[in-house]
Amino acid sequence: MPAVQETIDRVRSIDVDQYKYGFVTEIESEKAPKGLNEDIVRFISAKKGEPEWMLEWRLDAYRRWRTMDEPTWARVSYPKIDFEDLYYYSAPKTAEGPKSLDEVDPELLATYEKLGIPLREQEILAGVAPQNRVAVDAVFDSVSVVTTFKEELKKAGVIFCSISEALREYPDLVRKYLGSVVPVSDNFYATLNSAVFSDGSFVYVPEGVRCPMELSTYFRINDQQTGQFERTLIIADKGAYVSYLEGCTAPQRDENQLHAAVVELIALDDAEIKYSTVQNWYPGDKEGKGGIYNFVTKRGDCRGRNSKISWTQVETGSAITWKYPSCILRGDNSRGEFYSIAVSNGYQQVDSGTKMIHLGKNTSSRIISKGISAGKSQNTYRGLVSAHRKASNARNFTQCDSLLIGQDCGAHTVPYIEAKNSTAVFEHEATTSKISDDQMFYCQQRGLSDEEAVALIVNGFVKDVIQQLPMEFAVEAQKLISISLEGSVG
Amino acid sequence: MLEIKNLHARIAEDETEILRGIDLTVKPGEVHAIMGPNGSGKSTLSYILAGKEDYEITEGDILFNGESLLDMEADERAAAGLFLAFQYPIEIPGVATMTFLKTALNAQRKARGEGELSTPEFMKRVKDKAAELNITMDMLKRPLNVGFSGGEKKRSEILQMSLLEPKLCVLDETDSGLDIDALRIVADGVNRLRSPDRAMVVITHYQRLLDHIVPDVVHVLSRGRIVKTGGKELALELEKNGYADYVGEQAA
Repeated sequence: MPAVQETIDRVRSIDVDQYKYGFVTEIESEKAPKGLNEDIVRFISAKKGEPEWMLEWRLDAYRRWRTMDEPTWARVSYPKIDFEDLYYYSAPKTAEGPKSLDEVDPELLATYEKLGIPLREQEILAGVAPQNRVAVDAVFDSVSVVTTFKEELKKAGVIFCSISEALREYPDLVRKYLGSVVPVSDNFYATLNSAVFSDGSFVYVPEGVRCPMELSTYFRINDQQTGQFERTLIIADKGAYVSYLEGCTAPQRDENQLHAAVVELIALDDAEIKYSTVQNWYPGDKEGKGGIYNFVTKRGDCRGRNSKISWTQVETGSAITWKYPSCILRGDNSRGEFYSIAVSNGYQQVDSGTKMIHLGKNTSSRIISKGISAGKSQNTYRGLVSAHRKASNARNFTQCDSLLIGQDCGAHTVPYIEAKNSTAVFEHEATTSKISDDQMFYCQQRGLSDEEAVALIVNGFVKDVIQQLPMEFAVEAQKLISISLEGSVG
Repeated sequence: MLEIKNLHARIAEDETEILRGIDLTVKPGEVHAIMGPNGSGKSTLSYILAGKEDYEITEGDILFNGESLLDMEADERAAAGLFLAFQYPIEIPGVATMTFLKTALNAQRKARGEGELSTPEFMKRVKDKAAELNITMDMLKRPLNVGFSGGEKKRSEILQMSLLEPKLCVLDETDSGLDIDALRIVADGVNRLRSPDRAMVVITHYQRLLDHIVPDVVHVLSRGRIVKTGGKELALELEKNGYADYVGEQAA
C-alpha cells in the first residue's frame, strides 16, 4: 500500500473526537422567541438599548431582506435553511452586556480558559511581556461578555469595546461608519445580519496612533439552534495602525448552526489595518452531519491615500464556508492584501476568496491563496480583481495554489479579472499539486511518521501565508492545520 | 549487521519480478559495493531495504542486526539506523533544509526514546558537519532540494547521513551527476563516516566512485541475482571488460 494511501485512510478515519473545542457550556440563557419578524428585530434593539435611528436601520434591513433570495452561485450545496426555525438572540442570563471581570459568570470565564483564551488581566499581565499582550473582546452567542485591557487602550486613545456599547457610548462614530463599506442591502446574508446582529467588536484608532497591543475578538457559539450574527467595525483614522485577530469555535452538535457575520474595515489616509482570522468552527462529523454554516461578508475600504488593508485567514472549520474578505482600493496609492489558507476535510465545503476593487490611482494588491483539500471535501477559490476606468497603474499579483490529499476531494479555482484601464497590470498564477508517494517515502526514510511527513509537507505549502500571521498565532495556526488534517498529531 | 536471505521481490502493481534470490551478508565496519548494468535491480534492492511500499517480497527475508525488516515501516527502519542516500533526492517545497534536518533528527530521537535536541545543540552539530561538506548556511535556509544543483543535492544527502549517524548506509548511485570536485567532497564525507561499527552498501555503475570510497567486497548484480563476488580488484576488472562476462546476452 503506497504511503499516501495510508495517509488518506488516516485522514478518513478522523472523526468528531478530533475537534477539541466541541464541549458545551451549561449556562442558562435568555432567548428571543424562535423565528424572525419585526418584533424580534425590535426585541433585539430594545435589549441593546439602542437609539431610535438604529432600530429604523435594522427594520429597513429586515424589510429589504424579506424581498431577497439566497445566493446560489457558490460551489456549495446544503439543504435549504429554515430561517423561521432559528433563535436570533441568545444571551447568557448573567451577562447582559460587558461588565467588569468580577461580575462575569465564572462558568463563562472557565469556558474561555478551556478554549485557551485568558480573560483575567492580572494573569495575562503576570505572564506576558507588554509588547505581546493581546486585548480580547469575548463574544458568547449573541453578546459580548467582557473586553479586556480597555482602560489601558483608552490611555492611548484607542476605543475597543463591544458594538452594543459603542452604539450607546459613541453613537456618532458608529452612525458615520456603520454600513459605509458593506451597505445594508449588499447581499442576502449581510442584509440579514444588518437586521438582527446582536453584538461584535468596535475599534476606533485615532489619528496618528499606533495601537499599543494586538486586539482580538473570540467568538463562541454555544446555544442550540442559535444563529450568531455579529458585526465588527474597525476604523483606523489618519496615520493610525491596528492589528486585529479573530478566533472562533463552537460545540459539536448534530444540527447545523448558522453564522452570518459582517466585518467592515475603514482605513483613512496613511492608515493601516491588519486583520487576521483563525476560524475553527465545528466542521461536522465524519458523515458530514452537523457543523457551522459560515456565511460571512468581510470588506475593507482603503478610503484614504496611502492606506493599507491586509487580510490573513486560516480557515479550518465550518461545514460550509462562504467568505470573501475584500478590499476597495479607493485612495490613491492604497494597497490591499489577502493571504489565505483554507483547509477542508471530511465533507466540508469551502467557497472562499477575495475581491480587490481598484478605484484610485497607483493602487496595488496581492493575493496569496493556499487551499488544502482532503477527505471528501470540496475547496474552491473564487476571486475578483478589477480596475476601474480611472484606476491608472493598478497592479495585482495573484497566486492560487491547491494541494490535494487523496482521491475523493476537489480543488477548484475561479478567478475573475476585469481591467477597464489599459495601464493595469494583473498577474495570475495557479498550481494544483498532490502530496506524492515519493515525497512521503523520502520523509519516512528520514524517520518521519506518516503524520509528521504530511504535517511537514503541508506546512511547507502554506509557509508564505503563515508568515503573515502575528507571531503568537503562527504556531497555533500550524498546529491547527496539522490537527485538521490528521487527527492524532498535536 | 545486514543479512539478506534468498530475497525474491516484484513490483506490486504489475507483478514484474525484479529480485530473484539475493543472498548478501554485510558485517559491521565493512563497505560493500554492488555493481551491475541498468535494470539489474540495484535501485530496487535499495528501495526494498529502505521499505518503499511499491514492492512485494515473495520469498526470503532481510535481517538487520538479527531482526527482520519486513514487518517494519520505512520510518521504523530509519529510526533503527538504516539510511538511504537517494539517487534522485526529492524536493519538499517551502520546507527549509534546516527545518527538515531538525524534524528528521528529532523524529528519530523520539522513536528511539531519546530527548529532542535543543536548538543551540542542533545548530552546532549542523554547522560543523555542513562546513566539512562545503555547505553554506545560506543553502540550509533554502527549501530542501528545490533548485539544488546535482552536487548540492548529493552533498545534502551526505549531510543528512552524517547528522543522523545511521548504522547502515545505503548509497544509491551517489556518484551520478557529480563532477570530479564534487565527487571528491562527497566521497570524503562518506569516508569520514566509515567506522568499525557502521556498514555501507554502495550501489554504483562505475568504478570511479570506488577509487574514492574503497570497498572491502564487490558484488555484481545481474537480472536480480548476485552473479559474482570478489575484492576491490573485481571493480577494476569490470571497468576494463564491462559486464558482458557476467550477464551474457543481456548485456547492455
